Amino acid sequence: MASKTKEILLDPLFDNNPIAAQVLGICSALAVTTQMSASIVMAIALTVVTGFSGLSVSLIRNYIPANIRIIVQLTIIASLVIVTDQVLKAFVFDISKQLSVFVGLIITNCIVMGRAEAFAMQRKPIESFVDGIGNGFGYSFFLVLTGFIRELTGSGRIFGAQVLPLASEGGWYTPNGLMVLAPGAFFVIGLTIWALRTWKPQLKEEN
Amino acid sequence: MSAKHGTGYTMGFAAAVCLVCSVFVCLSAVALKDMQEENKKLDKQKNVLKAAGMLAADEDADAAKISELYKNIQPLVIDVKSGEVKKDVDAASINMRMAVSDNSKSFKAPANDAKVLRIPNEAVVYQVMEGEMPTMLIFPISGKGLWSTLYGFLAVDVDTTTVKGVSFYEHGETPGLGGEIENPKWTALWKDRKLFDQSFQPAFKVVKGIAGSPADAPHEVDGLSGATLTCKGVTALVNFWIGKDGFGPFLENFRKGGI
Amino acid sequence: MFEHYLSLSVKAIFVENMALAFFLGMCSFLAVSRKVDTAVGLGIAVTFVLAVTMPLNAIIYRAFLAHGAMAWIHPDLANLDLSFLNFLTFIGTIAAMVQIVEMTLDKYVPALYSALGVFLPLIAVNCAILGASLFMVERSYTPGESLVFGFGSGIGWLLAIAALAAIRERLKFHNIPSGLRGLGITFIITGLMAIAFMAFAGIQL
Repeated sequence: MASKTKEILLDPLFDNNPIAAQVLGICSALAVTTQMSASIVMAIALTVVTGFSGLSVSLIRNYIPANIRIIVQLTIIASLVIVTDQVLKAFVFDISKQLSVFVGLIITNCIVMGRAEAFAMQRKPIESFVDGIGNGFGYSFFLVLTGFIRELTGSGRIFGAQVLPLASEGGWYTPNGLMVLAPGAFFVIGLTIWALRTWKPQLKEEN
Repeated sequence: MSAKHGTGYTMGFAAAVCLVCSVFVCLSAVALKDMQEENKKLDKQKNVLKAAGMLAADEDADAAKISELYKNIQPLVIDVKSGEVKKDVDAASINMRMAVSDNSKSFKAPANDAKVLRIPNEAVVYQVMEGEMPTMLIFPISGKGLWSTLYGFLAVDVDTTTVKGVSFYEHGETPGLGGEIENPKWTALWKDRKLFDQSFQPAFKVVKGIAGSPADAPHEVDGLSGATLTCKGVTALVNFWIGKDGFGPFLENFRKGGI
Repeated sequence: MFEHYLSLSVKAIFVENMALAFFLGMCSFLAVSRKVDTAVGLGIAVTFVLAVTMPLNAIIYRAFLAHGAMAWIHPDLANLDLSFLNFLTFIGTIAAMVQIVEMTLDKYVPALYSALGVFLPLIAVNCAILGASLFMVERSYTPGESLVFGFGSGIGWLLAIAALAAIRERLKFHNIPSGLRGLGITFIITGLMAIAFMAFAGIQL
């Protein structure tokens, strides 16, 4: 049991990463990753929502009438997202302003729906919770990595602290403005996927 | 997923899910509402203080410090058209952002370069007090940049023309180019520039390139490289809000000592 | 007024392209862009649903959810702020509208239904649709503006996905490093398209 739980938790991190392998939940991964702090808050929010939606869907899985199951899942997820959004607004106001509409868009993040439908509808609550957290981690890994690369190259900072002295302030680093714009996000993720797939060849797709 | 259920069961189930979810949602919304309101208020106060230069632009002050500093700031509700102070209206009841989408609380702006479409009937301006005497006036300003509407505060000396500080707290300009309007190094350049010429006509300008010291170029501020349109927007919106259609009447009353 | 709407729609189509500038609707953008025909089909369906749900959500928001919006029912309700129910209401409206659109098309325009049918259920969870509604709240668009913005965003999304699908059809004949094939190269192409769309930035009408 213990090893199985571990497998459920760790499998989505690299071998079955929701972003790199399953192409899910990319919207927010791109939009909020200009800064590390926003990426991390977003990652935590999504992990919590995925975990708890898995748990609650799994708890009632034997009672859900099949014809309304999608809307029931949506309702549960939307409620969890509202609660998360309220908590963020109350405790980390500055970051919740930066995330703006993207917290709400967790509702339509395919990872959450996908795990609820594909895993939680068949498995026990604890397993579903762990699966949700695991997929959340897989997503978080990507988000934080992208955030790190974009913030470092785009503005020479990490967590808002200057680590590479900027040329405009007497240092040597000229920030690459492209990285904080939309195209930078696409390039970073595309290249990361390339790297991951070279390392784990079973992820490759035939054209 | 089990055997088929009747319509009654389905309806009942849907209702039960709705009930449980609504309890959770409402509980969190009600329980956290005060903290959120407090955050919103502090955020606004922080922006006012930053414009006034009482708080460093990149400082992350805590709630206690903000409230302490904010004690010296007195909000005034003014009638924008006449420039008169309305003493009997509570500043907290005014929401200028909401007012501009409500025809009864705002009026159509004459055509202007700042692309301001509507002006609220009542606006909140701030006085920084030292004891009984005001030392600074702070105005809310807004207008179009390149992509987005810029929102900020402009702090002016009691002579109504010398800039004390400026801060833009909300915008969607290109990061690194137009987005540099929030860079403290740039906003610091605004200090001691003059908004009006000798005859009190708006004369402020963000120029292309380097403007020089406040003594050499009293009305001009350095442009941001790569952000010509954002800078044009900033010039237009500052001149609009200090002009006759914006806070001009109030400023004139203030100069006459009429408030 | 017309000018205002025109500039809003140009902005929604080119300058603030849903897919390329805000990354919305990415999942289906990447998954359904293998062939031009299907991509265009999905794009039309998205445009259609956006144009229908945006004004509807705008009206609901203004009548019930915004701070003080319920004052028209009873003055006592003037202080009520239900905006925290945004997400739930919008997703509900969208899911319901998609269902209604699907049924109407099935009954009255079977030809269109058979072309769009498979995409409609996908759309309920397309974040471009929910995202557009949330932008509507953030930027306080009126119902009229929402209609224009919704339609414009849809067209912008359609353009982007059709262009991407056309490029991807060509890619089959190219020798791409094996790890980069599929998803990796698609991201990089999308990035290049986003750069091209940034050229629209200075446009003002």
